[in-house]
Amino acid sequence: MIWFFLISGLFLGWSLGANDAANVFGTAVGTRMVRFKVAALISSLFVILGAVMAGSGTTETLGALGAVDAIAGSFTVALMAAITVAWMTRTALPVSTTQAIVGAIIGWDFFTRSPIDLRVLSKIIGSWILSPVLAALLAMALYFIFRCCLNRARIHMLRLDAYTRTGLILVGALGAYSLGANNIANVMGVFVHASPFQDVHVFDLFVFSGTRQLFLLGGVAIAVGIYTYSQRMMTTVGNDIFQLTPVLALIVVLAQSLVLLIFASKSLQGALIAIGLPPIPLVPVSSSQAIIGAILGVGLVKGGKGLNYRILFKISLGWILTPVMAAVLSFIALFFMQNVFELEVIHKESPHPVAQRVERVDRADAGDALPHHEPERPAARPLHQADDPVIWNPNQPNELVGQDGNQTPGPAGRRMNPADSLVERQAMTVADSLHVVVADTTVPPYRQNELNKP
Amino acid sequence: MTVLFRKHKQLEAQIDEYLDLVVQGGLLFKQGVKLYLQGRLEEFETRLQQLQEMEEKGDELRRHIETKLYLRTLIPESRGDVLGLLESSDKVLNRITETLLQISVEIPDIPDDLDPLYNDLAEYAISTVEGMVKAIRAYFRDLTSVRDNINQVLFYRKETNKTAENFKRAVFRRELRLSHKIHLRYFAYHAELIAEEAEDVCDRLSIATIKRYI
Repeated sequence: MIWFFLISGLFLGWSLGANDAANVFGTAVGTRMVRFKVAALISSLFVILGAVMAGSGTTETLGALGAVDAIAGSFTVALMAAITVAWMTRTALPVSTTQAIVGAIIGWDFFTRSPIDLRVLSKIIGSWILSPVLAALLAMALYFIFRCCLNRARIHMLRLDAYTRTGLILVGALGAYSLGANNIANVMGVFVHASPFQDVHVFDLFVFSGTRQLFLLGGVAIAVGIYTYSQRMMTTVGNDIFQLTPVLALIVVLAQSLVLLIFASKSLQGALIAIGLPPIPLVPVSSSQAIIGAILGVGLVKGGKGLNYRILFKISLGWILTPVMAAVLSFIALFFMQNVFELEVIHKESPHPVAQRVERVDRADAGDALPHHEPERPAARPLHQADDPVIWNPNQPNELVGQDGNQTPGPAGRRMNPADSLVERQAMTVADSLHVVVADTTVPPYRQNELNKP
Repeated sequence: MTVLFRKHKQLEAQIDEYLDLVVQGGLLFKQGVKLYLQGRLEEFETRLQQLQEMEEKGDELRRHIETKLYLRTLIPESRGDVLGLLESSDKVLNRITETLLQISVEIPDIPDDLDPLYNDLAEYAISTVEGMVKAIRAYFRDLTSVRDNINQVLFYRKETNKTAENFKRAVFRRELRLSHKIHLRYFAYHAELIAEEAEDVCDRLSIATIKRYI
């Protein structure tokens, strides 16, 4: 059954491969600088590598937006995002898989009445504005650098052609890697909490985690999308907004790849924090938005005369419509899933949303880094300094535990079930304000005591 | 790196070789006209033969380059322009050869006092061809200097026209048979055609250059 539910994620992966891979190699294939077979092979390979090796960063951000933890919920969210993508593609509106999945998750949040972390949401929406702007600025800068270098180097046209081809392949590979790293969260992010895979130990050399196996599956789905349906997109992309030369195509793809990498790179985020600069959030950004920003950048730098403003308006409309439509569809589909098919769309034994919220606040306090592995936690929050604090463990929802670890019955009013209604949730919030500490199940048991230290 | 781009380098060398042939063809034409005007017909015929061989070699090389460009799908964006440039510059070489051949066949009787004028006409016509080849080379390597070379071509094209006009005026104001006058006019006209063909190549080149600016 679980494999059936994963189909929606694979469908979303397929549509991402069919649409977004065209953003990476579209200009190269469209200008006949790289053959489709070569483009498909390279992009498939590097998308999978990016997804498996570096896909976790953005997944955490999506998880923070809404931890869809029941497989039927994940299925519905992914399916509605995929349907939105397919629908928008049919109506010839440019579509972003990232926006579709974020919209669908917000729909889930509304339906399950889970609190939406506005900080995360603003981070994601901010990245949708920031990524095309950043891509445009990078493309402009790269344009001037390239023009200056090419004028000075006086490379023969044929050799420039060879260098451009090589550059397009290398940058395309980087773009595909970044796409895998940044966008795998869109495809498989909602399934992480309900992953059917177990960790696999490979000859005691390394552990191939369940999440990575899930990402590998998503990567393969993207690759299938690239091979089966991206050729038409690749040959048409790029020329609609602005006519690109091969060198401009290289600049545009390089700018796009850098933007995707910037929003997926934990190393870069760490480096920025280390030198005291504000970190760039690890957010799944849209490759479509990035490439459009980059094309717009070079178009403007060349005087803006060749830009097709009608298409640009259509694109802007698509950017607004996609998340809204995905959210509405997701909400409606979840209603049917729960009430008609009687399937669980939120896990009853999962950490209570308030618990997740506390976890997120703690993480935010720890530097906003959202690491994918065990986070470095700060000292316990002032909450613990209250008299007689009580710990609520979501895995044992009917038991309240004293700070010393002894079971204490606690007042009757504090016995709550996380799967209960909004009234209970509000009660939890009240409990929070009354200095009840919510145990964090994401922290391993041997570190739970650290949370309780004053 | 060198191995990786070896084929591109070979093709670059072949394009350069082809353009060298066009320049050498122009030089042979100038020399041939000079020898003809001096009455050294045997040497003139040798130059004509060399020019004809060169033209054949040029045709062969051009076809080879075109085939390679198509087979390897090189420079897809500029391929049409490059092929057009090569073909039209080949027409210039053909025109040069044809003009010298016509001199050899028809043996025009140019009055002695008009020899320097006709010599100048040939010089100016070939200067346009040399400028054209420089502009084509610049198109491949250095776009910023294409314009300078095109301006040079336009200058020599005007000089060629002026000289041809002077030559024709001088011919038609003489006591010569009308057939003789028309015959001489025909050779001035042919020299003008060389310059005109070169100018056409440059017109094509200026558009291709705009397309190549990134």
